Amino acid sequence: MTQTQKMTGFATALRCKECSREAPLEARNVCDFCFGPLEVQYDYDAIKGRMTRESIQKGPLSMWRYADLLPADGANPVDLSAGFTPLIKADRLAKKLGLNELYLKNDCVNPTHSFKDRVVSVAMTVARDYGFDTVACASTGNLAGAVAAHAARAGLKGYVFIPSDLELGKIVGAAIYGPTLVSVKGSYDEVNRLCSEVADRYEWAFVNINVRPYYSEGSKTLGYEVAEQLGWRTPDHAIVPVASGSMFTKIWKGYNEFHDLGLISEPKTHMHVAQGLGSSPIVTAYESGMMDIRPVRPNTIAKSLAIGNPADGFYALKTIEETGGSAHAVPDGVIVESMQLLAETEGIFAETAGGVTIGVLSQLVAEGTIKPDDVTVAYITGSGLKTQEPVEGIVNPISIEPSFNAFVDALEARGGI
Amino acid sequence: MATVRYKFTFPTDLIQEPIIWKLGREFELVTNIRRANVVEDSGWVILELDGERDEIEKGVSWVTTRGVRVDPVPGDVLDG
Repeated sequence: MTQTQKMTGFATALRCKECSREAPLEARNVCDFCFGPLEVQYDYDAIKGRMTRESIQKGPLSMWRYADLLPADGANPVDLSAGFTPLIKADRLAKKLGLNELYLKNDCVNPTHSFKDRVVSVAMTVARDYGFDTVACASTGNLAGAVAAHAARAGLKGYVFIPSDLELGKIVGAAIYGPTLVSVKGSYDEVNRLCSEVADRYEWAFVNINVRPYYSEGSKTLGYEVAEQLGWRTPDHAIVPVASGSMFTKIWKGYNEFHDLGLISEPKTHMHVAQGLGSSPIVTAYESGMMDIRPVRPNTIAKSLAIGNPADGFYALKTIEETGGSAHAVPDGVIVESMQLLAETEGIFAETAGGVTIGVLSQLVAEGTIKPDDVTVAYITGSGLKTQEPVEGIVNPISIEPSFNAFVDALEARGGI
Repeated sequence: MATVRYKFTFPTDLIQEPIIWKLGREFELVTNIRRANVVEDSGWVILELDGERDEIEKGVSWVTTRGVRVDPVPGDVLDG
């Protein structure tokens, strides 16, 4: 293996998803010709000769067990041990919903408590190996924490851009790792444009801009893991919370790569998009039968999904079409109820995106799209502990004086034990 | 001089207006369209703008006030 191959694994080039022109493996995200998004290509023939179920099972208990299918140096990743998170058979929630085989992919237990650790681990490894000394992102929460933590781990300088009206509590989980926080006074759109310009003008690795083709590949591991953990098969239905649409398309890509390598049979999964009603441009396009995404200004409690102009929205719609899937949105009230339902039945405190997923799962069951015996996986991609405000209203303790009688009286007032 | 790339999204009432032509006439900017999609009630254009940075900012501000949505080409980068 040459040094370049070692740095990029079995990746061979970047290819435009629109015009198919190829570009060399470097830090860039759009095609010079048509400005279409670039995607990593691999030498699958070479991977086929060495990646087997057995070789995977001998690998580390992290996302890097699939290193051959990631565009980075799998032998020396920037790694906090993200991935290989539990796939839980959710019998109590399944019973409530009328299902027999429901699984939850619990990505709350990643190092910084969301699936962003997967994508950032790849982006940070690439950034380090391509010689960047500074990494950056624009975020309102999960991505900030993942970038700051991995930058600390790699010894790289970190910049995190946040909107000035963001509650500081939401960024503590990033600030603790010591990045430079940049609070931008301006609208959502202005923050987006500024960060895009910063990425153009500074020689930094902006994880979801100039190294986005590598970053997004990390989400494929959510597909590989589910296939492996289900016993080398894919589910009948996958429900995925969607913001940019990248993770959704990459999970499907992951299932298909496993099939192409002969590791599983042909995936027949119906891929379902889940969005919050106040930020659901993909659902709107799906419902109107169009492949054209109309940008919106997000207004939902599901902040981690609040992307009004989704980069991969079109490709998410194509994935829905290809898989016979669907797209649904749920309002804020349903999101909160669904977070509670998940917590009370399965012991998982998910962020609002998890409420979106479970809310849409309930809809799909109620409308008969998911049948009781269908093997179903719901992706829970982030922990609720970081942003508790949406469910603060559930706190309703029994308030008593410190005496046993007071306790008994209070219980009786509530109808007994 | 600077070169920037944007995605302009046009609402229905602006579909028939030559906004990009006016942008090139009223500001010292060279516009270069790379990809576009226009349907009956909306449209988007991905283009490159060449010019002095101040002029680009003025031009972008002008199209925004006309009702055009201006986004980075890769989509939103402010993530959750």
